[in-house]
Amino acid sequence: MNEASSAIGAALSMIVTLDPGLVEIVLLSLRISLSAVVIASIIALPLGALIALQPFPGRRGVVVLLNAMMGLPPVVVGLMVYLLLSRAGPLGPMGLLFTPTAMIIAQSIIVFPIIAALSRQTIADLHEEYDEHLRSIGCTPLQSVVTLLRDGRYRLLTGIMAGFGRAIAEVGAVLIVGGNIQHSTRVMTTTIALETSKGNLALALGLGLILVMLALGVNGTALVISDAAKRRYG
Amino acid sequence: MQQNVVMANGAHPAEQSEYAELAVTENHPLLPLVARGLRFDINGRQIIRNISFWIGSSGRTVILGPNGAGKTVLLRLCHGLIHPTGGELCWGDLSVAEARAQQAMVPQRPVLLRRSVAGNVRHILSVKRVPRAQRQELVDAALEQAGLTNLASRPARTLSGGQQQRLAIARACVLRPAVLLLDEPTTNLDPAAVREVEEMIRAVGDAGTKILMTTHDIPQARRLASDVMFLNDRQLLEHASAAEFFNSPKDPLAARFLDGELLG
Repeated sequence: MNEASSAIGAALSMIVTLDPGLVEIVLLSLRISLSAVVIASIIALPLGALIALQPFPGRRGVVVLLNAMMGLPPVVVGLMVYLLLSRAGPLGPMGLLFTPTAMIIAQSIIVFPIIAALSRQTIADLHEEYDEHLRSIGCTPLQSVVTLLRDGRYRLLTGIMAGFGRAIAEVGAVLIVGGNIQHSTRVMTTTIALETSKGNLALALGLGLILVMLALGVNGTALVISDAAKRRYG
Repeated sequence: MQQNVVMANGAHPAEQSEYAELAVTENHPLLPLVARGLRFDINGRQIIRNISFWIGSSGRTVILGPNGAGKTVLLRLCHGLIHPTGGELCWGDLSVAEARAQQAMVPQRPVLLRRSVAGNVRHILSVKRVPRAQRQELVDAALEQAGLTNLASRPARTLSGGQQQRLAIARACVLRPAVLLLDEPTTNLDPAAVREVEEMIRAVGDAGTKILMTTHDIPQARRLASDVMFLNDRQLLEHASAAEFFNSPKDPLAARFLDGELLG
């Protein structure tokens, strides 16, 4: 009890005084997860739109697969990326294992199905409503996609933020492919796991607090944005 | 209703440039619109049975009839949103698909984009590849025509029903289509809004756009029609000039409909 309360005190003081060790870890976490979300979005948004708009044989199967992959266990993704990047693996010669790049790759894979599935759903719903109008005014397929992505931007943003929430909070994949190396690949979640097992509760708790605040902040913002957009644009 | 200044002096910005899409068809008059033995079935059910007509280039043609007569389907067939099961339909010497680039349609519930009022007009200009420099002028003219100038930056979906309808018509007419198709343009509007929308339709027609619209509202058809196509139970029963149709309808069902009888 006493130990816990003194740890909380130490954690708060680390946050308030912007302890350099803590800041370094938080910044690396943000850099990795934001990069992963940006990379995944660049591929997943247009791909989701394409799946929504272009009928092809097996589309239903792809949609089911995409939705199922939203629940992909991060440890398994970590393991797959590890096998790809390890010395003996097909991408081994690139020497990416245990670097932030490897962690970005793993998180991109985790986030990708979330953004793609939500993008597909959003664009499909919007398309049902807009289709006749877009055909009536003679939109090319590309113009249609641009229109739909733009008009669905707030709902898409919610999906992207959900992806970020998942990336920043996962531990399994970054631990396996990053290796939790101090000053190099140590992020919030892996540090919490390590410091807790070492008995250094102050740092673990401090990071835990920041992580919780980030998660709440991201989800809260997403809610506010989608509410405001609904009121404004219907 | 304010007259569109740009239209009034005859030099509409849209005429000053060439648009890739329009260039192909602009030398082909769209009218007359000719249908021969037009049929449309859905899942084996007949929605339009064996309709033939000839619609000339002047005035406002009103497709009149009770709900479920097939008016909307006929309009959608003319615009090429759906394809006939049988028969023939052509706009001048163009196919329905070719003619669409010179037409605009305002459905019963127009789809307004999740953007500002001005953004809705701007969207169609960008789709039709109007040079950027000309867009603002066209947007301003369209909004003035719709009486929405001071609502330009409002989200379109927060407008009232009448304002939304006017925006939809202004947006459809911004590039001065040869033909404007309107499906029940004043359903669910109050009398003041109906008057504004009707005045707008009249102004668009007077500026040289052929109007083809549906309605189930007899007084509205009286106010707007120069010729009437009476549709009942999936068939075209009469097509005559407005004077002829309202004074001495030849079809007995049309006469009963005009007398206010509810046709089943």
